[in-house]
Amino acid sequence: MQITNGPGAAAILAAGIGSGTLGVLALAADASPPISHALAFWPPSGDLSGVTTVAIAVWLVAWAGLSRRWATRDVDLVRVNIAAFVLLLIGLLLTFPPFMDLLQGK
Amino acid sequence: MEISFRDLITVLHGMGFGALFMLAFSGAIGVIYATAVVGAEIPVPRRANRMFRFYLISMATVAWLAVLSGAYIIYPWYRAAVPPGVTDLGGYPRSLLLSSPFTAGWHDLGMEWKEHIAWFTPIAMTMVAYVFMKYGPQLALHKHLRNAVLGFTAVAFFATAVAGGFGAFLNKYAPVRGGDEIVLYEQH
Repeated sequence: MQITNGPGAAAILAAGIGSGTLGVLALAADASPPISHALAFWPPSGDLSGVTTVAIAVWLVAWAGLSRRWATRDVDLVRVNIAAFVLLLIGLLLTFPPFMDLLQGK
Repeated sequence: MEISFRDLITVLHGMGFGALFMLAFSGAIGVIYATAVVGAEIPVPRRANRMFRFYLISMATVAWLAVLSGAYIIYPWYRAAVPPGVTDLGGYPRSLLLSSPFTAGWHDLGMEWKEHIAWFTPIAMTMVAYVFMKYGPQLALHKHLRNAVLGFTAVAFFATAVAGGFGAFLNKYAPVRGGDEIVLYEQH
């Protein structure tokens, strides 16, 4: 029996969401000292500890939610893939220091 | 022949986990291709499929070990604040790099990029391992799933190459050193 594409699509989109979140949080921590301070969950690692912990939490929550929703469904994978790769690209760009600096006018 | 404890952990992080992941990458592409593309015409034996699953789970595990050891063991050593009165920055790699305009870029671009981009790899590889475990040979029937898996695997490789490359250069210009000296070989 063929498995529906829903569970796989949920994992792919969640990976995109987690990657995009990582980029947004990395930029926010770089641009704002209060956010950087708030994300310093473990001071020896600074805001990196909070940026990555929150991104991983968002990724896992998104994965769990989408998996439940799409457990037995077939979804439009072309749209899911486009969304996932756009989010991944956003994540990659926002973690690239020269692009971060450009956005902040540094 | 001695090595400091911090050097040893850095080697384990970079060569043990990072380089092992890079070496395994071509195998991952081969595994996914063999199952999802060729497997549609020539079915992969069940035993080989089990081995493929183990291979991808191991890659995801190695990727997690690399980022966790980097962020929570080595990075605190790298960014440790210089105590007042200390003028030798040898034990404070971040401060050492930032002390000269000729090396500051290794921190501003190299470390700032490396510390974040590395995390795309375990996220991507966990997804890849899950999709592979869930679908196995059925990936051959889901072209778009297969394309996404291959795309994320390629991004994981790029992210690891950036992190690993900068890690090697950073360790050249401002090595993370310190801790107990461990004797690896004694000449009599």
